[in-house]
Amino acid sequence: MSKKRTGVFVCHCGTNIAATVDVAKVAKEMAGEDSVAFTQEYVYMCSEPGQESVVQAIKDNKLDSVVVTCCSPNLHEKTFRDNAKRAGINNFTCEIANIREQCSWVHKDKAKGTEKAIKISRSVVRRVSRNQPLESIAVNVTRRAMVIGGGIAGIQAALDIANAGVEVVLVEKQATIGGRMLQLSETFPTLDCSQCVLSPKMVEVKRHPNVKLLTYSEVQELAGSVGNFRVKILKKPTFVDPDKCKLCDECTVVCPVVVPNEYELNLSARRAIYIPYAQAIPASFTLDEEACLGLNPVVCGKCKDVCEADAINYDMRPETVTEDVGAIVVATGFDLYDQANMPEMGGGKVEDVLDGLQFERLCSASGATGGHILRPSDHKEPKNVVFIQCVGSRDPAKHCAYCSKICCMYTAKHAQLYKHHVPDGRAYVFYIDIRSGGKGYEEFVQRTMEDNDTLYLRGRVSRLYRHNGKVRVLGTDTLSGQNVEIDADMVVLALAMVPSKGTTEIAKVLKIGRDKDGFLAEAHPKLRPVESVTGGIYLAGAAQAPKDIPETVSQAGAAAAKVIALLSQATLSRPPLIAKVRPSHCTGCGMCVDACPFLAIRLENGKAIVNEALCEGCGSCSATCLRAAIDVKNVTQLQIFEMIEACLA
Amino acid sequence: MSEQQNYEPRVVAFLCKWCSSAGSDLAGVSRIQYPPNATPITVPCTGAVSPMYILSAFNKGADGVLVSGCHIGDCHYIEGNFLARRKMQLIMQLLEFIGVEPNRFRMSWVSAAEGAKFAQVITDFVDDLKPLGPQEKLKKADRI
Repeated sequence: MSKKRTGVFVCHCGTNIAATVDVAKVAKEMAGEDSVAFTQEYVYMCSEPGQESVVQAIKDNKLDSVVVTCCSPNLHEKTFRDNAKRAGINNFTCEIANIREQCSWVHKDKAKGTEKAIKISRSVVRRVSRNQPLESIAVNVTRRAMVIGGGIAGIQAALDIANAGVEVVLVEKQATIGGRMLQLSETFPTLDCSQCVLSPKMVEVKRHPNVKLLTYSEVQELAGSVGNFRVKILKKPTFVDPDKCKLCDECTVVCPVVVPNEYELNLSARRAIYIPYAQAIPASFTLDEEACLGLNPVVCGKCKDVCEADAINYDMRPETVTEDVGAIVVATGFDLYDQANMPEMGGGKVEDVLDGLQFERLCSASGATGGHILRPSDHKEPKNVVFIQCVGSRDPAKHCAYCSKICCMYTAKHAQLYKHHVPDGRAYVFYIDIRSGGKGYEEFVQRTMEDNDTLYLRGRVSRLYRHNGKVRVLGTDTLSGQNVEIDADMVVLALAMVPSKGTTEIAKVLKIGRDKDGFLAEAHPKLRPVESVTGGIYLAGAAQAPKDIPETVSQAGAAAAKVIALLSQATLSRPPLIAKVRPSHCTGCGMCVDACPFLAIRLENGKAIVNEALCEGCGSCSATCLRAAIDVKNVTQLQIFEMIEACLA
Repeated sequence: MSEQQNYEPRVVAFLCKWCSSAGSDLAGVSRIQYPPNATPITVPCTGAVSPMYILSAFNKGADGVLVSGCHIGDCHYIEGNFLARRKMQLIMQLLEFIGVEPNRFRMSWVSAAEGAKFAQVITDFVDDLKPLGPQEKLKKADRI
């Protein structure tokens, strides 16, 4: 192999690198490397003139490879590889040495920082000296998408993708789509009815010719990569044929099993056979297998007997469906923080202490009380209600460190709704700060305080417990410096939003990262907020972070746009950094075959063969090969040994 | 004793591209300071770290070697970090067998969201290496 002519370009990044790393020294040291034919430093290598100078230097000095020592490869690897291509050399001979995030930003001592920057740069120069020119692999794209989660985020994403003429599979775990938004009564700041604005979209998604709706279904397995995913979905049996079900409700009348209704957040009960809401889509009853006496006509069978439409079928079985899609949107939503973690707030065991979603159901016309605010213990109208904000939020010592963002607004809304239902009632709100950024939001909160005569108390609640048939709330008003004691008829907790249980599960199945709080991690907090770290998987809604409905809808639209852009390409280029066998060294021992997580290696005539379509380039094979007969292209064992040497020189 | 105090261990840190390298980026973006003793080498996956790399680093004079990847169950390549964990366990035993303090080798799980943890891992490792002094056992005078 003839010697490389590498150009090393050292970026100052203004003072971001230059303040703590002696960039001139880095450039000088690199000039002493065997393979380096040219070095240059510049204040902002990623600027237009910086990039131009790289292109020019490649041409003028007949360079065949490039090392840019700058920020993380996640930021500018693509920029400089594209530049290399523009200058007429192979883009895979360009590599980034990260001396900013991994060096200048984390070490203040300039001498030591420079020393480390030199080691990092030298290791990458040595690696590049053995880089091969490679061509991206073109792969066909499956022009179909999947949306996981049928709440407002998933519905909006599915509709936007479907309207662009792309077929969408919408997968929902529960018996109906609609998600959390379907449980809400009215929405801030306009107080329009949540179900009234949502249900037309639900109907549209159900009827859309490009949408395939899979409810009561869960994603179980994912294979493949961007452009070509294969998803296995478990379709749970509902035991009711939705096409035959006439919604006559006869079955629930005869069903002898009563269980708490999770769709009503356990404020009311349902039968083993039930429909979540009147607006449920698909509009059909569902038989809860766990609650049912046994799906056995000998034991019960009353619902089947009474069903004139003959829609009930006890012989339905779980079904596994496989769907091929090119892109996925994850919109699996949120849950509320578990009250059991908060004994000072009653731990979920004090009667008439509700969470925000339960209060929504009390206000909702389709809820357990038909839209009348009645307290659960005695079904009387509560005459004073205490709303407590930041329950579990903004509490890094014990609970969630983050702000749940929507609670200030929905608590203001709750207070207004309460006053509309019970005009002679008294509403108190305990708050830490009021965060009402958003169009019309601040005005809405002001209306709650002034027009709706709600008493806002700045302070935390320390304890609440039952006392003489009421809930005694002990708190402080930090503005007047006094302790406050209120005997409330009802208490509503604005619990922190946490990623839903399904979000935690789906992150494992899809292998997409989560942030420190468990929400799905975006690829970049500012510039790639709707993409996961994994190519082809996008994020929407509260599974990514706490957010309100308008933000969720915007994010869903953005994720849909990304999906449409991806799927509008005829082929995708896949990085060619995959495994390659040196047949002369391979003894056919088969260790790599066992090590490969993607079943991409097989033995043929006593030699390992890599299936290039399946190989993801993880390198597990090379780490097991005793004879260095298999390597990932451009991350070969020889290259790593040279890098190690450079790190310790 | 003063020599011991001035001794700065040299560490090679193999970071997986998806989690720990991204975690080190986050430490950088958050400007969390940690000792400059560890030089990072980014690999596709901890599963790609051959035991030979670790021995080679000790051969070439490393005082400590760190392998850091995604949390168990979060591997981008499904099971690479499981494979790594098995191999690394063997490395620990081998080091002990040949008389190198097994504490000179460490494995950690740092996700892309754990910048502070990454800084802590490096800080702790460097602190723990200092009392051990330079690693001479596997260091070769003339390198391969």
